[in-house]
Amino acid sequence: MKKRYKFVVDCANCAAKVEEAVKKIDGVHDATVNFMAQKLVLDADDARFDEILQEVAATARKIEPDSELYL
Amino acid sequence: MQKLTKKQRKMLLRILSAAVLLIAVRLLPVGGLAAAALYLVPYAVVGWDVLFKAVRNIRNGQVFDENFLMALATVGAFATGEYAEAVFVMLFYQTGELFQDYAVGRSRQSIAALMDIRPDVANVETEDGSLEEQDPEDVAVGAVVVVKPGERVPLDGVVLEGTSSLDTAALTGESVPRDVGPGDAVISGCVNQSGLLRCRVTRPGSESTVAKILDLVENASEKKAVSEQFITRFARYYTPCVVIAAAALAVLPPLFLGGWGVWFHRALIFLVVSCPCALVISVPLSFFGGIGGASKCGILVKGSNYLEALAKTETVVFDKTGTLTRGTFTVTGVDAAGTLDPEQVLAWAAAAEHWSDHPIALSLRAASPGAAERSMVTNVTELAGHGVRATVDGRSVCVGNQRILESQGLPVPELRGESTAVYVTVDGAYAGVIRISDLVKSDARAAIADLRSSGVKRTVMLTGDTEAAARAVAAQLGVDEFHAGLLPVDKVELVERLLAKKKPGTAVAFVGDGINDAPVLSRSDIGIAMGALGSDAAIEAADIVLMDDKPSKIATAMRISRKTLRIVRQNIVFALGVKGLVLVLAAFGQAAMWAAVFADVGVAFLAILNATRCLRVDALQ
Repeated sequence: MKKRYKFVVDCANCAAKVEEAVKKIDGVHDATVNFMAQKLVLDADDARFDEILQEVAATARKIEPDSELYL
Repeated sequence: MQKLTKKQRKMLLRILSAAVLLIAVRLLPVGGLAAAALYLVPYAVVGWDVLFKAVRNIRNGQVFDENFLMALATVGAFATGEYAEAVFVMLFYQTGELFQDYAVGRSRQSIAALMDIRPDVANVETEDGSLEEQDPEDVAVGAVVVVKPGERVPLDGVVLEGTSSLDTAALTGESVPRDVGPGDAVISGCVNQSGLLRCRVTRPGSESTVAKILDLVENASEKKAVSEQFITRFARYYTPCVVIAAAALAVLPPLFLGGWGVWFHRALIFLVVSCPCALVISVPLSFFGGIGGASKCGILVKGSNYLEALAKTETVVFDKTGTLTRGTFTVTGVDAAGTLDPEQVLAWAAAAEHWSDHPIALSLRAASPGAAERSMVTNVTELAGHGVRATVDGRSVCVGNQRILESQGLPVPELRGESTAVYVTVDGAYAGVIRISDLVKSDARAAIADLRSSGVKRTVMLTGDTEAAARAVAAQLGVDEFHAGLLPVDKVELVERLLAKKKPGTAVAFVGDGINDAPVLSRSDIGIAMGALGSDAAIEAADIVLMDDKPSKIATAMRISRKTLRIVRQNIVFALGVKGLVLVLAAFGQAAMWAAVFADVGVAFLAILNATRCLRVDALQ
């Protein structure tokens, strides 16, 4: 399942770092952080999607506490 | 001028008050520890959040974070007694960040303004005939909406009543308005210019043309270009490397040469230069601008990677019909076999093709109006790549290209002239040939010449048409080579051959109308579909979508892509060059810390300004 979320992040490099980290989460097939459009696209396992999404949000907060993921 | 956000205003206030405080402290006649304490005040005012974030991010395991690097550099400067410099560097850094934030926000807004085609309200007709304003998203299919002059068409639909001309500029970049009347389809996002229109909604808001276009453009930067991936990967190694170099610089030279303080200070400058943001931001911003600028011209690019590939395209393959030619055929002659009446042959063909909306079928029907209504048509079978077979008034009629004769073991008559031939057989016997011809689009020749001047080495035209017809069009347009008599499969195979033979680092683009060339569109490096306004299939299958059907837009797209790539390269070279220069100068003690800050935020700001040039495409049309 692939879903798009609004993801407010201030710096381009932080966006790249969040993308990198989210890609490494177990169950995530692919992830893109679009700094210009302020979006996070998550492609992850259907069955555990919500669980993975929570983990994504936590990861984003940890790497860039000033970012905000709108679920 | 764009207004500052609340966050930006607060930052500006902090910068200004810190600047005033810095000057004040500078003028005070104090020295030693008292001075250090006083300088801490403006430092804290302007930089407290950097310090705070640095500590917080370290706890989260983010070592090479921009905040941390800046904090370390300025605290280091404080420790070596360079109080004023520490404050000034922090001040300069925050100013640069503010500028950067502002510039990014501004380009985001100008792209949003470009894409401001979403209709706000739909005037829905209620049962008692009055109008009710609704959100276009909520309007049901089948509802009747009224579009007044000056309003945007809210949803895709069909005109029930009224005539008007529609301004499609926001969708196609085309300034000539489109006239519509009852029965015509209208597309959301167009602006109604003259008359009142009553339309029946044919598609829900979420699937309307406007929704699709916006979705496509917004998501375009998800598919990242190679240069974009390169720069983020580069940044990942760049920062740690420079930090390690800084550590080495602080320790190794003084071991042999002495002068710990001097080398420590130079190392701090290295830390400032190691911030990666200037590099990382300028590349995606350029692509975003290029995609936004292209959509202003009615060219939708589905990803930064396609924009990048387009600039490297050396071979462009065209489908002939509907792409280079208008795709509206007219019957120019009928040669009936033996004693058959030409009108009758035409009528049979028109009847057999009654159910098809292929352009050729349309021309046959137009030449023999009412033929299908007068006869009994049953058992219609589409013979892919050959034509169609149907039972017309009890006779088995086949209509198609020469393969339809070959498949029935009939000889193919020798034809002269340059028109396209449609053969007709009745009950297995040759009945005649209908000649039809197609007109070349008015800008097709100029488009081919334009492509060549913008760097395309080879233009190829593919068609299912006869050799003679293809040769005539090819000569007229000046394409390098053509292949005639192709089935859809042959087209895929031919494009695959071109792909196999291409030079590494170049790309092969295929241009079609998206109707039955989806396999070729997806097989080629870049599939370009044209005339997509209202055609979902084309929007789905292609990588680049031209909203109108002008071949000249391909050259425009190519110019935009080349300009974007040029700006991307400029930014990469500029950012790396300045950073490299400052690193070298700093190692030899020739660069001050403010120069290092400039190499970070100043360069980022200039790169952003350069990137916004991608949005300006008027001269490229």
